[in-house]
Amino acid sequence: MKRILVGIKRVVDYNVRIRVKPDGTGVVTDGVKMSINPFDEIALEEALRIKERGGAEEVVVATIGPADVQQQLRTALAMGADRALHVQADGVIEPLVAARALLKLVEKEQPFLVIVGKQAIDDDNSQTGPMLAALWNRPQVTFASKVELSDGKARVTREVDAGLETLEVDLPALVTTDLRLNEPRYVKLPDIMKAKKKPLETLALNTLGVEAKQHLKLVKFEPPAQRQKGVRVKDAGELIEALKKKGLI
Amino acid sequence: MAVKVLIVAEHDGTKLNPATAKSVTCACGIADAEIVVAVLAAKADAVAAQAAQLTGVSRVLSVENPANEPALGAVLAPQVAALAQNYSHVLAASTTYGKDMMPRVAALLGTAQISDIMAVESANRFRRPIYAGNAIVTVETDPADKLVGTVRSASFEAAAPGGAAAPIEKVTLNVELPTHTRFLSVSAAKSDRPDLQTASRVVSGGRALGSADGFKILYSLADKLGAAVGASRAAVDAGYASNELQVGQTGKIIAPELYMAIGISGAIQHLTGIKDARTIVAINKDADAPIFEVADIGLVADLFQVIPELERYMA
Repeated sequence: MKRILVGIKRVVDYNVRIRVKPDGTGVVTDGVKMSINPFDEIALEEALRIKERGGAEEVVVATIGPADVQQQLRTALAMGADRALHVQADGVIEPLVAARALLKLVEKEQPFLVIVGKQAIDDDNSQTGPMLAALWNRPQVTFASKVELSDGKARVTREVDAGLETLEVDLPALVTTDLRLNEPRYVKLPDIMKAKKKPLETLALNTLGVEAKQHLKLVKFEPPAQRQKGVRVKDAGELIEALKKKGLI
Repeated sequence: MAVKVLIVAEHDGTKLNPATAKSVTCACGIADAEIVVAVLAAKADAVAAQAAQLTGVSRVLSVENPANEPALGAVLAPQVAALAQNYSHVLAASTTYGKDMMPRVAALLGTAQISDIMAVESANRFRRPIYAGNAIVTVETDPADKLVGTVRSASFEAAAPGGAAAPIEKVTLNVELPTHTRFLSVSAAKSDRPDLQTASRVVSGGRALGSADGFKILYSLADKLGAAVGASRAAVDAGYASNELQVGQTGKIIAPELYMAIGISGAIQHLTGIKDARTIVAINKDADAPIFEVADIGLVADLFQVIPELERYMA
Protein backbone atom coordinates (compact mmCIF):
# COMPACT_ATOMS: atom_id res chain seq x y z
CA MET A 1 0.00 0.00 0.00
CA LYS A 2 1.22 3.53 -0.81
CA ARG A 3 1.65 4.92 2.65
CA ILE A 4 2.83 8.18 4.21
CA LEU A 5 4.10 8.22 7.78
CA VAL A 6 3.76 11.48 9.70
CA GLY A 7 5.59 12.06 12.99
CA ILE A 8 4.00 14.44 15.47
CA LYS A 9 4.99 15.79 18.88
CA ARG A 10 2.83 16.98 21.76
CA VAL A 11 4.03 20.42 22.84
CA VAL A 12 2.93 23.37 24.96
CA ASP A 13 0.46 25.30 22.80
CA TYR A 14 1.81 28.07 20.60
CA ASN A 15 -0.19 30.75 22.46
CA VAL A 16 0.84 29.83 26.01
CA ARG A 17 3.16 32.27 27.79
CA ILE A 18 6.12 30.16 28.87
CA ARG A 19 7.21 30.38 32.52
CA VAL A 20 10.34 28.82 33.97
CA LYS A 21 9.77 26.96 37.26
CA PRO A 22 11.21 28.90 40.22
CA ASP A 23 13.48 25.97 41.12
CA GLY A 24 14.97 25.95 37.60
CA THR A 25 14.09 22.32 36.87
CA GLY A 26 12.04 23.03 33.76
CA VAL A 27 9.19 25.12 32.42
CA VAL A 28 5.67 25.06 33.86
CA THR A 29 3.54 22.49 32.02
CA ASP A 30 0.95 21.64 34.70
CA GLY A 31 -2.50 22.80 33.68
CA VAL A 32 -1.11 24.28 30.46
CA LYS A 33 -2.82 23.74 27.10
CA MET A 34 -1.02 21.16 24.98
CA SER A 35 -1.29 20.81 21.19
CA ILE A 36 0.25 19.13 18.18
CA ASN A 37 3.50 20.92 17.31
CA PRO A 38 2.38 23.42 14.60
CA PHE A 39 5.02 22.25 12.10
CA ASP A 40 3.86 18.65 12.55
CA GLU A 41 0.29 19.76 11.91
CA ILE A 42 1.53 21.17 8.60
CA ALA A 43 3.23 17.81 7.96
CA LEU A 44 -0.04 15.96 8.53
CA GLU A 45 -1.99 18.41 6.37
CA GLU A 46 0.46 17.86 3.50
CA ALA A 47 0.13 14.08 3.80
CA LEU A 48 -3.67 14.35 3.78
CA ARG A 49 -3.61 16.58 0.68
CA ILE A 50 -1.32 14.12 -1.13
CA LYS A 51 -3.73 11.32 -0.27
CA GLU A 52 -6.75 13.38 -1.37
CA ARG A 53 -5.05 14.01 -4.72
CA GLY A 54 -4.62 10.26 -5.12
CA GLY A 55 -0.89 10.28 -4.40
CA ALA A 56 -1.16 7.97 -1.39
CA GLU A 57 -3.57 5.36 -0.05
CA GLU A 58 -2.97 5.63 3.67
CA VAL A 59 -1.74 8.23 6.14
CA VAL A 60 -0.32 6.85 9.39
CA VAL A 61 0.48 9.22 12.24
CA ALA A 62 2.96 8.35 14.98
CA THR A 63 4.29 9.85 18.18
CA ILE A 64 6.42 8.96 21.19
CA GLY A 65 5.64 9.79 24.80
CA PRO A 66 3.50 8.99 27.82
CA ALA A 67 -0.23 8.11 27.67
CA ASP A 68 -1.23 11.80 27.35
CA VAL A 69 0.09 11.99 23.80
CA GLN A 70 -2.92 9.93 22.68
CA GLN A 71 -4.96 13.15 22.84
CA GLN A 72 -2.87 14.62 20.03
CA LEU A 73 -3.03 11.35 18.09
CA ARG A 74 -6.85 11.52 18.31
CA THR A 75 -6.72 15.09 17.01
CA ALA A 76 -4.56 13.87 14.13
CA LEU A 77 -7.08 11.10 13.40
CA ALA A 78 -9.86 13.71 13.46
CA MET A 79 -7.91 15.78 10.93
CA GLY A 80 -8.00 12.74 8.65
CA ALA A 81 -5.15 10.34 9.42
CA ASP A 82 -6.21 6.71 8.92
CA ARG A 83 -4.31 5.08 11.78
CA ALA A 84 -2.20 6.11 14.74
CA LEU A 85 0.86 4.55 16.37
CA HIS A 86 1.75 5.44 19.94
CA VAL A 87 5.23 4.52 21.10
CA GLN A 88 4.89 4.51 24.87
CA ALA A 89 7.82 6.09 26.70
CA ASP A 90 8.20 8.27 29.79
CA GLY A 91 10.71 10.97 30.60
CA VAL A 92 12.87 13.00 28.25
CA ILE A 93 12.95 11.64 24.71
CA GLU A 94 15.91 13.10 22.84
CA PRO A 95 15.71 13.57 19.06
CA LEU A 96 18.15 10.70 18.43
CA VAL A 97 15.94 8.32 20.43
CA ALA A 98 12.84 9.60 18.63
CA ALA A 99 14.59 9.06 15.29
CA ARG A 100 15.58 5.51 16.27
CA ALA A 101 12.01 4.72 17.31
CA LEU A 102 10.61 6.24 14.11
CA LEU A 103 13.08 4.16 12.10
CA LYS A 104 11.53 1.00 13.63
CA LEU A 105 8.09 2.22 12.56
CA VAL A 106 9.41 3.02 9.07
CA GLU A 107 10.78 -0.53 8.79
CA LYS A 108 7.41 -1.92 9.90
CA GLU A 109 5.18 0.35 7.78
CA GLN A 110 7.37 0.78 4.68
CA PRO A 111 6.18 4.29 3.79
CA PHE A 112 7.29 5.90 0.52
CA LEU A 113 7.30 9.27 2.25
CA VAL A 114 7.87 10.40 5.83
CA ILE A 115 6.89 13.94 6.76
CA VAL A 116 7.70 15.67 10.06
CA GLY A 117 7.89 19.29 11.20
CA LYS A 118 11.19 21.12 10.73
CA GLN A 119 11.38 21.76 14.47
CA ALA A 120 9.30 21.40 17.61
CA ILE A 121 8.44 24.73 19.20
CA ASP A 122 9.32 23.51 22.70
CA ASP A 123 12.98 22.49 22.51
CA ASP A 124 13.61 24.15 19.10
CA ASN A 125 16.11 21.38 18.31
CA SER A 126 15.37 20.89 14.62
CA GLN A 127 17.04 17.47 14.61
CA THR A 128 14.64 14.52 14.46
CA GLY A 129 13.90 14.64 10.71
CA PRO A 130 17.47 14.62 9.37
CA MET A 131 18.50 12.11 12.07
CA LEU A 132 15.80 9.71 10.89
CA ALA A 133 16.79 10.22 7.24
CA ALA A 134 20.43 9.42 8.13
CA LEU A 135 19.55 6.24 10.05
CA TRP A 136 17.18 5.22 7.24
CA ASN A 137 19.93 5.97 4.70
CA ARG A 138 17.45 7.89 2.54
CA PRO A 139 17.23 11.44 1.13
CA GLN A 140 16.04 14.37 3.20
CA VAL A 141 14.55 17.68 2.16
CA THR A 142 14.31 20.03 5.10
CA PHE A 143 12.28 23.27 5.41
CA ALA A 144 9.89 22.36 2.57
CA SER A 145 7.54 25.00 1.18
CA LYS A 146 6.33 22.97 -1.82
CA VAL A 147 6.19 19.21 -2.46
CA GLU A 148 5.46 17.63 -5.85
CA LEU A 149 5.49 13.86 -6.37
CA SER A 150 5.88 12.00 -9.66
CA ASP A 151 6.93 8.43 -10.53
CA GLY A 152 9.28 7.50 -7.75
CA LYS A 153 10.62 11.02 -7.24
CA ALA A 154 9.81 14.09 -5.21
CA ARG A 155 10.56 17.62 -6.32
CA VAL A 156 10.68 19.77 -3.21
CA THR A 157 11.24 23.48 -2.76
CA ARG A 158 12.89 24.47 0.50
CA GLU A 159 13.23 27.75 2.34
CA VAL A 160 16.94 28.37 2.86
CA ASP A 161 18.89 31.42 4.01
CA ALA A 162 19.60 32.43 0.41
CA GLY A 163 15.99 32.12 -0.80
CA LEU A 164 14.17 29.14 -2.31
CA GLU A 165 16.07 26.02 -3.30
CA THR A 166 14.58 23.16 -5.28
CA LEU A 167 15.86 19.59 -4.96
CA GLU A 168 14.81 16.36 -6.59
CA VAL A 169 15.07 13.20 -4.51
CA ASP A 170 14.40 9.53 -5.12
CA LEU A 171 11.63 8.01 -3.02
CA PRO A 172 11.34 6.84 -0.35
CA ALA A 173 12.44 10.07 1.28
CA LEU A 174 11.96 12.27 4.30
CA VAL A 175 10.58 15.81 4.18
CA THR A 176 10.50 18.36 7.00
CA THR A 177 7.96 21.14 6.73
CA ASP A 178 8.28 24.90 6.88
CA LEU A 179 5.52 27.36 7.72
CA ARG A 180 4.36 28.21 4.24
CA LEU A 181 3.88 24.68 2.94
CA ASN A 182 0.14 24.80 3.66
CA GLU A 183 -2.47 25.93 6.15
CA PRO A 184 -3.77 23.03 8.23
CA ARG A 185 -7.52 22.39 8.21
CA TYR A 186 -9.77 22.86 11.20
CA VAL A 187 -11.19 19.76 12.81
CA LYS A 188 -14.99 19.42 12.62
CA LEU A 189 -17.07 17.90 15.40
CA PRO A 190 -18.32 14.85 13.42
CA ASP A 191 -14.70 14.06 12.58
CA ILE A 192 -13.81 14.07 16.29
CA MET A 193 -16.56 11.48 16.84
CA LYS A 194 -15.35 9.38 13.89
CA ALA A 195 -11.74 9.59 15.12
CA LYS A 196 -12.70 7.72 18.30
CA LYS A 197 -13.31 4.61 16.22
CA LYS A 198 -10.11 4.79 14.18
CA PRO A 199 -7.30 2.34 15.09
CA LEU A 200 -4.70 3.51 17.60
CA GLU A 201 -1.98 1.00 18.38
CA THR A 202 0.34 1.31 21.37
CA LEU A 203 3.84 -0.13 21.33
CA ALA A 204 6.42 0.06 24.12
CA LEU A 205 9.71 1.74 23.21
CA ASN A 206 11.78 -1.12 24.62
CA THR A 207 9.86 -3.77 22.68
CA LEU A 208 10.94 -1.91 19.53
CA GLY A 209 14.50 -2.53 20.70
CA VAL A 210 15.23 1.14 21.30
CA GLU A 211 16.87 2.31 24.51
CA ALA A 212 15.63 5.63 25.96
CA LYS A 213 19.18 6.78 26.57
CA GLN A 214 19.56 10.40 27.64
CA HIS A 215 22.85 11.76 26.26
CA LEU A 216 22.42 15.32 27.47
CA LYS A 217 21.97 16.30 31.09
CA LEU A 218 19.60 19.26 31.46
CA VAL A 219 21.40 21.05 34.28
CA LYS A 220 19.15 24.06 34.80
CA PHE A 221 16.49 26.24 33.19
CA GLU A 222 16.45 30.02 33.49
CA PRO A 223 14.33 32.85 32.15
CA PRO A 224 16.13 34.91 29.50
CA ALA A 225 17.80 38.21 30.38
CA GLN A 226 15.32 41.09 30.10
CA ARG A 227 16.02 44.16 28.02
CA GLN A 228 16.10 47.53 29.80
CA LYS A 229 12.95 49.59 29.48
CA GLY A 230 13.25 52.07 26.63
CA VAL A 231 12.04 55.60 25.96
CA ARG A 232 9.12 56.94 23.94
CA VAL A 233 9.65 59.74 21.44
CA LYS A 234 6.78 61.79 20.03
CA ASP A 235 7.71 62.34 16.39
CA ALA A 236 10.21 61.66 13.60
CA GLY A 237 12.39 64.61 14.65
CA GLU A 238 12.81 63.31 18.19
CA LEU A 239 13.53 59.83 16.85
CA ILE A 240 16.32 61.19 14.66
CA GLU A 241 17.74 63.08 17.67
CA ALA A 242 17.64 59.93 19.81
CA LEU A 243 19.43 57.92 17.12
CA LYS A 244 22.06 60.64 16.74
CA LYS A 245 22.63 60.67 20.49
CA LYS A 246 23.36 56.94 20.38
CA GLY A 247 25.70 57.49 17.43
CA LEU A 248 23.56 55.29 15.20
CA ILE A 249 23.12 57.78 12.38
CA MET B 1 40.56 13.35 25.91
CA ALA B 2 42.19 16.40 24.38
CA VAL B 3 39.68 18.88 23.06
CA LYS B 4 39.83 18.91 19.28
CA VAL B 5 37.13 20.91 17.55
CA LEU B 6 36.24 20.39 13.90
CA ILE B 7 34.26 23.26 12.37
CA VAL B 8 32.50 22.65 9.07
CA ALA B 9 32.90 25.76 6.91
CA GLU B 10 29.87 27.22 5.17
CA HIS B 11 30.56 28.88 1.83
CA ASP B 12 29.23 29.52 -1.66
CA GLY B 13 32.22 28.12 -3.51
CA THR B 14 34.23 31.34 -3.38
CA LYS B 15 33.48 33.09 -0.10
CA LEU B 16 33.52 31.83 3.46
CA ASN B 17 30.22 32.62 5.20
CA PRO B 18 30.75 35.02 8.17
CA ALA B 19 28.71 32.60 10.29
CA THR B 20 31.69 30.21 10.20
CA ALA B 21 33.94 32.89 11.75
CA LYS B 22 31.38 33.15 14.57
CA SER B 23 31.52 29.39 15.13
CA VAL B 24 35.30 29.76 15.45
CA THR B 25 34.78 32.34 18.22
CA CYS B 26 32.41 29.92 19.96
CA ALA B 27 35.06 27.18 19.80
CA CYS B 28 37.68 29.61 21.16
CA GLY B 29 35.54 29.73 24.31
CA ILE B 30 36.51 26.13 25.06
CA ALA B 31 39.77 26.13 27.04
CA ASP B 32 42.80 24.62 25.26
CA ALA B 33 40.81 23.62 22.21
CA GLU B 34 42.63 22.82 19.00
CA ILE B 35 40.44 24.30 16.26
CA VAL B 36 40.41 22.84 12.76
CA VAL B 37 38.17 24.06 9.94
CA ALA B 38 37.04 21.65 7.22
CA VAL B 39 36.20 23.08 3.81
CA LEU B 40 34.17 20.65 1.71
CA ALA B 41 33.93 22.01 -1.81
CA ALA B 42 34.43 21.23 -5.49
CA LYS B 43 37.40 23.60 -5.49
CA ALA B 44 38.37 24.53 -1.94
CA ASP B 45 41.46 26.75 -2.31
CA ALA B 46 39.84 30.20 -2.09
CA VAL B 47 37.61 29.36 0.88
CA ALA B 48 40.35 27.39 2.67
CA ALA B 49 42.67 30.42 2.40
CA GLN B 50 40.04 32.62 4.06
CA ALA B 51 39.45 30.09 6.85
CA ALA B 52 43.21 29.80 7.43
CA GLN B 53 43.36 33.53 8.23
CA LEU B 54 40.92 33.38 11.14
CA THR B 55 42.37 33.92 14.60
CA GLY B 56 42.21 30.72 16.63
CA VAL B 57 42.27 28.32 13.68
CA SER B 58 45.26 25.98 13.85
CA ARG B 59 44.69 23.98 10.66
CA VAL B 60 42.38 23.84 7.65
CA LEU B 61 41.33 20.64 5.92
CA SER B 62 40.53 20.94 2.25
CA VAL B 63 38.19 18.19 1.05
CA GLU B 64 37.61 18.49 -2.69
CA ASN B 65 34.94 16.59 -4.58
CA PRO B 66 32.72 17.76 -7.47
CA ALA B 67 29.75 16.30 -5.55
CA ASN B 68 30.27 18.89 -2.78
CA GLU B 69 28.77 21.73 -4.81
CA PRO B 70 26.06 22.78 -4.57
CA ALA B 71 26.10 21.68 -0.93
CA LEU B 72 23.65 18.89 -0.07
CA GLY B 73 23.31 17.77 3.56
CA ALA B 74 22.98 14.10 2.63
CA VAL B 75 26.21 14.24 0.55
CA LEU B 76 28.26 16.25 3.06
CA ALA B 77 27.17 14.39 6.21
CA PRO B 78 28.99 11.06 5.60
CA GLN B 79 32.19 12.98 4.76
CA VAL B 80 31.94 15.09 7.92
CA ALA B 81 31.22 11.96 9.97
CA ALA B 82 34.38 10.36 8.54
CA LEU B 83 36.46 13.44 9.36
CA ALA B 84 34.94 13.58 12.87
CA GLN B 85 36.62 10.36 13.97
CA ASN B 86 39.66 12.29 15.20
CA TYR B 87 37.75 15.06 16.99
CA SER B 88 35.93 15.47 20.28
CA HIS B 89 33.62 18.25 18.99
CA VAL B 90 32.06 18.91 15.59
CA LEU B 91 30.49 22.34 15.08
CA ALA B 92 28.78 24.28 12.31
CA ALA B 93 26.72 27.45 12.20
CA SER B 94 23.03 27.18 13.03
CA THR B 95 22.03 28.38 9.57
CA THR B 96 19.78 26.41 7.22
CA TYR B 97 23.03 24.80 5.98
CA GLY B 98 24.08 23.65 9.45
CA LYS B 99 20.58 22.75 10.59
CA ASP B 100 20.16 20.51 7.55
CA MET B 101 23.50 18.74 7.73
CA MET B 102 24.52 18.45 11.38
CA PRO B 103 21.71 16.25 12.76
CA ARG B 104 22.52 13.88 9.92
CA VAL B 105 26.16 13.88 11.04
CA ALA B 106 25.15 13.29 14.67
CA ALA B 107 22.93 10.35 13.74
CA LEU B 108 25.71 8.77 11.65
CA LEU B 109 28.01 9.13 14.66
CA GLY B 110 25.32 7.82 17.02
CA THR B 111 25.63 10.86 19.25
CA ALA B 112 23.40 13.68 20.45
CA GLN B 113 23.43 17.21 19.10
CA ILE B 114 23.28 20.51 20.96
CA SER B 115 21.47 22.98 18.71
CA ASP B 116 21.90 26.77 18.80
CA ILE B 117 24.76 27.04 21.29
CA MET B 118 24.62 30.59 22.69
CA ALA B 119 27.27 30.34 25.40
CA VAL B 120 30.14 28.03 26.29
CA GLU B 121 30.59 27.17 29.98
CA SER B 122 33.16 24.41 29.49
CA ALA B 123 34.17 21.79 26.95
CA ASN B 124 31.05 19.81 27.76
CA ARG B 125 28.67 22.38 29.21
CA PHE B 126 26.73 24.88 27.07
CA ARG B 127 23.73 27.18 27.19
CA ARG B 128 21.02 27.28 24.53
CA PRO B 129 17.63 28.94 24.07
CA ILE B 130 14.41 26.90 24.01
CA TYR B 131 10.72 27.83 23.66
CA ALA B 132 11.54 30.61 21.17
CA GLY B 133 14.06 32.05 23.60
CA ASN B 134 11.60 32.22 26.49
CA ALA B 135 13.83 29.92 28.50
CA ILE B 136 17.54 29.22 28.51
CA VAL B 137 18.72 25.72 29.33
CA THR B 138 22.19 24.67 30.44
CA VAL B 139 23.08 21.27 29.00
CA GLU B 140 25.94 18.97 29.81
CA THR B 141 27.34 16.10 27.78
CA ASP B 142 29.29 13.10 28.92
CA PRO B 143 32.94 14.02 28.14
CA ALA B 144 33.34 10.51 26.74
CA ASP B 145 30.73 11.25 24.03
CA LYS B 146 31.54 13.02 20.81
CA LEU B 147 29.68 16.31 20.74
CA VAL B 148 27.90 17.62 17.65
CA GLY B 149 26.65 21.18 17.89
CA THR B 150 25.28 24.09 15.92
CA VAL B 151 26.26 27.63 16.89
CA ARG B 152 23.82 30.52 17.20
CA SER B 153 25.56 33.20 15.14
CA ALA B 154 23.84 36.13 16.89
CA SER B 155 25.55 35.17 20.16
CA PHE B 156 29.16 35.44 18.97
CA GLU B 157 31.36 38.03 17.27
CA ALA B 158 33.14 36.88 14.12
CA ALA B 159 36.75 35.76 14.61
CA ALA B 160 38.96 38.34 12.95
CA PRO B 161 41.62 37.54 10.37
CA GLY B 162 44.83 37.25 12.34
CA GLY B 163 48.57 37.31 11.64
CA ALA B 164 50.00 34.04 10.40
CA ALA B 165 47.86 31.83 8.17
CA ALA B 166 47.19 28.33 9.44
CA PRO B 167 48.46 25.42 7.31
CA ILE B 168 46.06 23.94 4.76
CA GLU B 169 46.02 20.19 4.35
CA LYS B 170 44.43 18.31 1.44
CA VAL B 171 42.38 15.35 2.63
CA THR B 172 41.05 12.54 0.48
CA LEU B 173 38.15 10.62 1.93
CA ASN B 174 37.18 7.12 0.97
CA VAL B 175 33.45 7.52 1.59
CA GLU B 176 30.59 6.34 -0.59
CA LEU B 177 28.35 9.30 -1.42
CA PRO B 178 24.63 8.99 -2.12
CA THR B 179 23.24 9.92 -5.55
CA HIS B 180 19.59 9.98 -4.44
CA THR B 181 19.51 13.77 -4.04
CA ARG B 182 19.88 16.24 -6.91
CA PHE B 183 20.11 20.01 -6.81
CA LEU B 184 17.81 21.66 -9.37
CA SER B 185 17.81 25.39 -8.70
CA VAL B 186 18.02 28.21 -6.21
CA SER B 187 16.12 31.45 -6.59
CA ALA B 188 17.90 34.06 -4.59
CA ALA B 189 16.79 37.63 -4.94
CA LYS B 190 19.66 39.69 -6.29
CA SER B 191 20.23 42.63 -4.03
CA ASP B 192 22.84 45.32 -3.57
CA ARG B 193 21.72 45.80 0.02
CA PRO B 194 23.71 44.40 2.94
CA ASP B 195 23.07 40.78 3.87
CA LEU B 196 20.31 40.51 6.47
CA GLN B 197 22.17 37.96 8.60
CA THR B 198 25.29 40.09 9.04
CA ALA B 199 24.11 43.69 8.50
CA SER B 200 24.84 46.21 11.25
CA ARG B 201 21.55 47.98 10.51
CA VAL B 202 18.24 46.35 9.67
CA VAL B 203 14.92 47.95 8.74
CA SER B 204 12.12 45.44 9.12
CA GLY B 205 8.46 45.64 8.14
CA GLY B 206 5.28 43.93 9.21
CA ARG B 207 1.75 43.42 8.01
CA ALA B 208 0.95 47.11 8.55
CA LEU B 209 2.84 47.89 5.34
CA GLY B 210 -0.31 46.58 3.68
CA SER B 211 1.09 45.29 0.38
CA ALA B 212 4.26 44.41 -1.54
CA ASP B 213 4.01 47.93 -2.95
CA GLY B 214 3.72 49.41 0.53
CA PHE B 215 6.89 47.53 1.45
CA LYS B 216 8.81 49.66 -1.06
CA ILE B 217 8.94 52.63 1.29
CA LEU B 218 11.01 50.43 3.62
CA TYR B 219 13.55 49.76 0.89
CA SER B 220 13.91 53.45 0.32
CA LEU B 221 14.51 54.11 4.03
CA ALA B 222 16.90 51.14 4.23
CA ASP B 223 18.95 52.53 1.35
CA LYS B 224 19.24 55.90 3.10
CA LEU B 225 20.53 54.09 6.19
CA GLY B 226 22.67 51.55 4.36
CA ALA B 227 20.56 48.92 6.05
CA ALA B 228 19.39 45.43 5.18
CA VAL B 229 15.65 44.78 4.92
CA GLY B 230 13.84 42.23 7.07
CA ALA B 231 10.23 41.22 7.55
CA SER B 232 7.90 39.67 10.08
CA ARG B 233 6.34 36.29 9.44
CA ALA B 234 2.97 37.99 8.86
CA ALA B 235 4.45 40.14 6.09
CA VAL B 236 6.09 37.14 4.41
CA ASP B 237 2.93 35.02 4.72
CA ALA B 238 0.94 37.85 3.13
CA GLY B 239 3.39 37.93 0.21
CA TYR B 240 4.73 41.43 0.89
CA ALA B 241 8.30 40.17 1.23
CA SER B 242 10.17 36.99 0.26
CA ASN B 243 10.95 34.17 2.68
CA GLU B 244 14.66 34.85 3.07
CA LEU B 245 13.80 38.18 4.72
CA GLN B 246 11.88 36.59 7.61
CA VAL B 247 13.23 37.39 11.06
CA GLY B 248 12.23 35.32 14.09
CA GLN B 249 12.10 31.90 15.72
CA THR B 250 11.65 30.11 12.41
CA GLY B 251 13.41 32.66 10.22
CA LYS B 252 16.72 34.42 10.77
CA ILE B 253 18.09 35.22 14.22
CA ILE B 254 20.01 38.48 13.93
CA ALA B 255 22.03 40.83 16.12
CA PRO B 256 22.46 44.17 14.33
CA GLU B 257 23.59 47.42 15.98
CA LEU B 258 20.28 49.00 14.97
CA TYR B 259 16.99 47.21 14.35
CA MET B 260 14.01 49.25 13.23
CA ALA B 261 10.71 47.38 13.56
CA ILE B 262 8.17 49.21 11.45
CA GLY B 263 4.53 48.21 11.59
CA ILE B 264 5.50 45.02 13.44
CA SER B 265 3.36 44.15 16.45
CA GLY B 266 6.10 42.02 18.02
CA ALA B 267 4.84 38.46 18.42
CA ILE B 268 7.05 36.48 20.78
CA GLN B 269 8.30 34.42 17.82
CA HIS B 270 9.53 37.62 16.15
CA LEU B 271 11.14 39.01 19.30
CA THR B 272 13.27 35.90 19.68
CA GLY B 273 14.94 36.79 16.38
CA ILE B 274 16.00 40.29 17.47
CA LYS B 275 16.66 40.16 21.20
CA ASP B 276 20.42 40.46 20.68
CA ALA B 277 20.09 43.65 18.63
CA ARG B 278 22.00 46.50 20.30
CA THR B 279 19.26 49.12 19.79
CA ILE B 280 15.66 48.34 18.85
CA VAL B 281 13.47 51.10 17.42
CA ALA B 282 9.73 50.46 17.11
CA ILE B 283 7.30 52.48 15.03
CA ASN B 284 3.70 51.37 15.35
CA LYS B 285 0.25 52.93 15.37
CA ASP B 286 -0.86 50.67 18.22
CA ALA B 287 0.52 52.03 21.52
CA ASP B 288 -0.14 48.64 23.16
CA ALA B 289 1.82 46.59 20.62
CA PRO B 290 4.18 44.17 22.44
CA ILE B 291 7.12 45.42 20.35
CA PHE B 292 7.20 48.51 22.61
CA GLU B 293 8.08 46.30 25.59
CA VAL B 294 11.46 45.47 24.06
CA ALA B 295 12.07 48.69 22.12
CA ASP B 296 14.83 51.05 23.28
CA ILE B 297 13.16 53.85 21.35
CA GLY B 298 9.42 53.73 20.66
CA LEU B 299 7.32 55.98 18.44
CA VAL B 300 3.55 55.62 18.32
CA ALA B 301 2.68 56.93 14.87
CA ASP B 302 1.46 56.13 11.38
CA LEU B 303 4.42 54.64 9.56
CA PHE B 304 3.31 56.05 6.21
CA GLN B 305 3.70 59.56 7.65
CA VAL B 306 6.82 58.93 9.70
CA ILE B 307 9.01 57.17 7.12
CA PRO B 308 8.99 60.04 4.57
CA GLU B 309 9.69 62.45 7.43
CA LEU B 310 12.65 60.35 8.60
CA GLU B 311 14.01 60.33 5.08
CA ARG B 312 13.72 64.11 4.87
CA TYR B 313 15.66 64.51 8.12
CA MET B 314 18.37 62.26 6.74
CA ALA B 315 18.57 63.96 3.35
